[in-house]
Amino acid sequence: MKNTVLKVEDLHVSFKTQTGNVTAVRGVNFELKKGETLAIVGESGSGKSVTAKSIMQLLPKSTTEISKGDIVYDGKSLLGLSSKQITDIRGSEISMVFQDPMTSLNPTMKVGKQIMEGLQRHQKMTKQQARERALEMLKLVGIPKAEMRLDNYPHQFSGGMRQRVVIALALACNPKVLIADEPTTALDVTIQAQILDLMKDLQQKTETAIILITHDLGVVANMADRVAVMYGGKIVEQGTLDEIFYNPQHPYTLGLMQSMPKMNEDRSKPLMPIGGSPPNLATLGEGCAFAARCPHTMKVCHSFTPRDTVVGEDNHTAACWLQDPRVQKPKAEPQETAEVVGVT
Amino acid sequence: MKEFDAKLPTMSTQNDYSIDNIPDDLFVRAPMDQKKSEEISTPSVSFWKEAFQRLAKNRGAMISLVLLILLIIMALIGPSMNEFTYREQNLAHSNMPPKVAGLEWLGFDGLNAQGTDVYAEREVATNYWFGTDEFGRDLWTRVWKGTQISLFIALVAAFLDLAIGVIYGGISSFYGGRVDNVMQRIIEILMGIPNLIVIILFILVLQPGITSIILAMIVTGWVGMARVVRGQILQLKGQEFILASRTLGASNKRLIWKHLMPNIMGPVIVTVMFTIPTAIFFEAFLSFIGLGLQAPQASLGVLIEDGYKSMRYFPYKLIYPALVISAIMICFNLLADGLRDALDPKMKK
Amino acid sequence: MKGYLLKRIGYMLITLFIIVTATFFLMQLLPGTPFTNPEKLSAQQLAVLNAKYGLDQPVAMQYLHYLGNLVQGDLGYSFQHEGRTVTSMISTRIGPSAFIGLQALVIGAILGLVLGIISALKHNSIFDYGSVALAVIGMSIPSFVFAALLQYYIGVKLEWLPVALWEGYSSTLLPSIALSVTVTATVARFIRSEMLEVLGQDYVITARAKGMRENQVIVKHVIRNALIPVVTMLGPLAVSIMTGTLVIEKIFSVPGLGEQFTLSILVLDYSVIMGITIFYSALFIFVVFVVDIIYGFLDPRINFKGEAA
Repeated sequence: MKNTVLKVEDLHVSFKTQTGNVTAVRGVNFELKKGETLAIVGESGSGKSVTAKSIMQLLPKSTTEISKGDIVYDGKSLLGLSSKQITDIRGSEISMVFQDPMTSLNPTMKVGKQIMEGLQRHQKMTKQQARERALEMLKLVGIPKAEMRLDNYPHQFSGGMRQRVVIALALACNPKVLIADEPTTALDVTIQAQILDLMKDLQQKTETAIILITHDLGVVANMADRVAVMYGGKIVEQGTLDEIFYNPQHPYTLGLMQSMPKMNEDRSKPLMPIGGSPPNLATLGEGCAFAARCPHTMKVCHSFTPRDTVVGEDNHTAACWLQDPRVQKPKAEPQETAEVVGVT
Repeated sequence: MKEFDAKLPTMSTQNDYSIDNIPDDLFVRAPMDQKKSEEISTPSVSFWKEAFQRLAKNRGAMISLVLLILLIIMALIGPSMNEFTYREQNLAHSNMPPKVAGLEWLGFDGLNAQGTDVYAEREVATNYWFGTDEFGRDLWTRVWKGTQISLFIALVAAFLDLAIGVIYGGISSFYGGRVDNVMQRIIEILMGIPNLIVIILFILVLQPGITSIILAMIVTGWVGMARVVRGQILQLKGQEFILASRTLGASNKRLIWKHLMPNIMGPVIVTVMFTIPTAIFFEAFLSFIGLGLQAPQASLGVLIEDGYKSMRYFPYKLIYPALVISAIMICFNLLADGLRDALDPKMKK
Repeated sequence: MKGYLLKRIGYMLITLFIIVTATFFLMQLLPGTPFTNPEKLSAQQLAVLNAKYGLDQPVAMQYLHYLGNLVQGDLGYSFQHEGRTVTSMISTRIGPSAFIGLQALVIGAILGLVLGIISALKHNSIFDYGSVALAVIGMSIPSFVFAALLQYYIGVKLEWLPVALWEGYSSTLLPSIALSVTVTATVARFIRSEMLEVLGQDYVITARAKGMRENQVIVKHVIRNALIPVVTMLGPLAVSIMTGTLVIEKIFSVPGLGEQFTLSILVLDYSVIMGITIFYSALFIFVVFVVDIIYGFLDPRINFKGEAA
């Protein structure tokens, strides 16, 4: 239907630490199609940001290693590129918006200059052309008195305005892919909605594909076409927004949905938090990373890693042993069922 | 329980085991004990213990610590390791080069700059390990006696700085408002004066001596400590745990001793550790410009000044005190660096 | 901006006034008389001298008199050098001091910046460890110990450079090098930690994400931002150089202000000690003031409406 712009295949990323290697991303697969928004959801430490940064190859080479897998952009692998080739792609083909607008702009450089830098670098624009384009971008992201604001420093902007500047900066060269790493987490709720609307609006105009990294399911519901749920360095379930929200198959996704308040539900019903805490990636071995917190754990979960299995429409997949035909029917153990809380 | 609509797994990743080989009997429920997964896997370590562990990992700081302890021990027992005293003159044995039996290959050979064996020439039987000065005083004894006095001056000055600084900074920040305002103006003015000038003027007035050197150094020395303490307390005062404690009705005394003190200890210790080498430097500096201790008293500064005067013909007189003072300064600085990193990783600057 | 400047200048004047007052009264407490060999002078001669220098007047009068003269730039007469004004002594002595001081500052700043920047860029490498070790050693060894050793090895043993002779450019080298060691070490340590901090900032990742080449990122974003706070080091560095000149000029016989100061201390030349003290303090206060202004211009986050952050 639509053509794929970015494809991540079996990505493994590990960090060198004093106590040994820690694999933060352990086999991530996804595809991003033109003009589509893919939301990557997960708790902190699940490997979302590392995945995003490894696409841009922004992780420090001295401490990180992409140990396995491939990242294919526009038919070419990004991993084999020289550092010059990758800088040519960064900012012009694939761009990134970061979490905290208060720290992601250079405090001692005028914002206009910061936008112009990328334009002069990638599109070989003259200073004058770049300035005009920067002005155009500031207007596009809705910054009032853009002409004057071009020569302001970041500290003269509010948080929401700064995030608009960051978005203008990221979109200045018309990238095909925009990676937004928790773009609204650091903002006030009212500003969050404005920024999300702005991103949606710009996406329609520019046909940019967006990878939206977030832990906020509200943001996901608002923005995403497809959703990938990450846990312990892996995508445990992925599918269309509707499939994930209305037909979740992985116990972790289910847990996420149940821990979120819903407008149309009985409010006397308590929210269901997921018990336990995220796994320690340094000590995680073979087996399902969620096994320790899963209400449906089986013996197999502790020793074998489950594969992606098609569980629904539109290529909805989940990696869970419960999808295996050999699973013994739970009715065989009624006592245990009673202990399982929250799943009815 | 929800029934899952099981489908055949699709192979999307490379396998190192075959799905079909997994025995069926593993597909039975085995719920985890939720409490167990909530357990914190690593034992909790107290702040001081953790800081000490961090310090112990810092090789430079640990070597410095060991060296400093050795130097302090030498400063204490060095002067009584041979039969000489620091003030005893023996003009017949003046300007003897260093000689240690068995260490001749290291330069402790009793030869002077011309290469003649002074010990044989003057028929001196006793070996002077670091040589003697122009009055025939044993330099080994004088160097360690000097180390002792320099360390004493530095430690006392640092301790007094600490006491004044903590009290001043504490009062200023704890009461805040107008008290703080006035006290801060005083500090601002004191900061505007180059402290060396003040030290020199005070020594001129007080007459050179151990007490006057210490007093002169603390006239301006406490300001740095007061600023650190004030800054820390102001920062802590705004934090929630202080507010929480206040809300629970904690008394001022409790707030100060249970909450403020333990939290400012780190930066205070680090500041003291940096004050000590500064004080050692100032003492030596004053001696070098002729405002130090008077003969026959020895301090590292006095010995360096004496050594410098006759450096051309008797370089050994300069080298030993210079080595000791450099070692002490380097060790204190490295240890202070290590402590700063261990106690407060954020304070790095 | 104007209000801030006026406030700062006001503070500077108050600080200077306090220094002058404190120095003056401390000098009154000094033991001995300001004249050489007073025992050789008859009572009459002493009285004449006292009258000449105004020492027979009450202290308060002397103080007011001194303040009045100071405002006009007159620091009085030397008690030891017949007929020489303190102002003229300072002005003939300041040249050599300023020269070796500035030369040391330039050498130290360049070396320190190069060392610090490279060691931050090659963080945790052998080079980094080496330059950190050098910096600790450079900061720890007192400048006069280093100067004495330099003089012994380079001057006396190797005879490469003049030992204690003020003649020609080559004679400025050893004192400048001796003074620059502390500067190099301080600057290297400071810029290294600034660089490491900036390298960890989000905006550096933003710059990389924009596709800037690594050397552009380093020069335009990292070094620029790390250099700005280095300006604040100028105040402490000025003090360290001033302190250094007192001993280093003595060691290398530089006819500078520092040597004059130590000489005057030994012979208790009151008016010269006072004059140089006031001069040094004023210089220091001025340097700190200028540094704050420069910093304000370099860092756009600081405005002068209130107090500098």
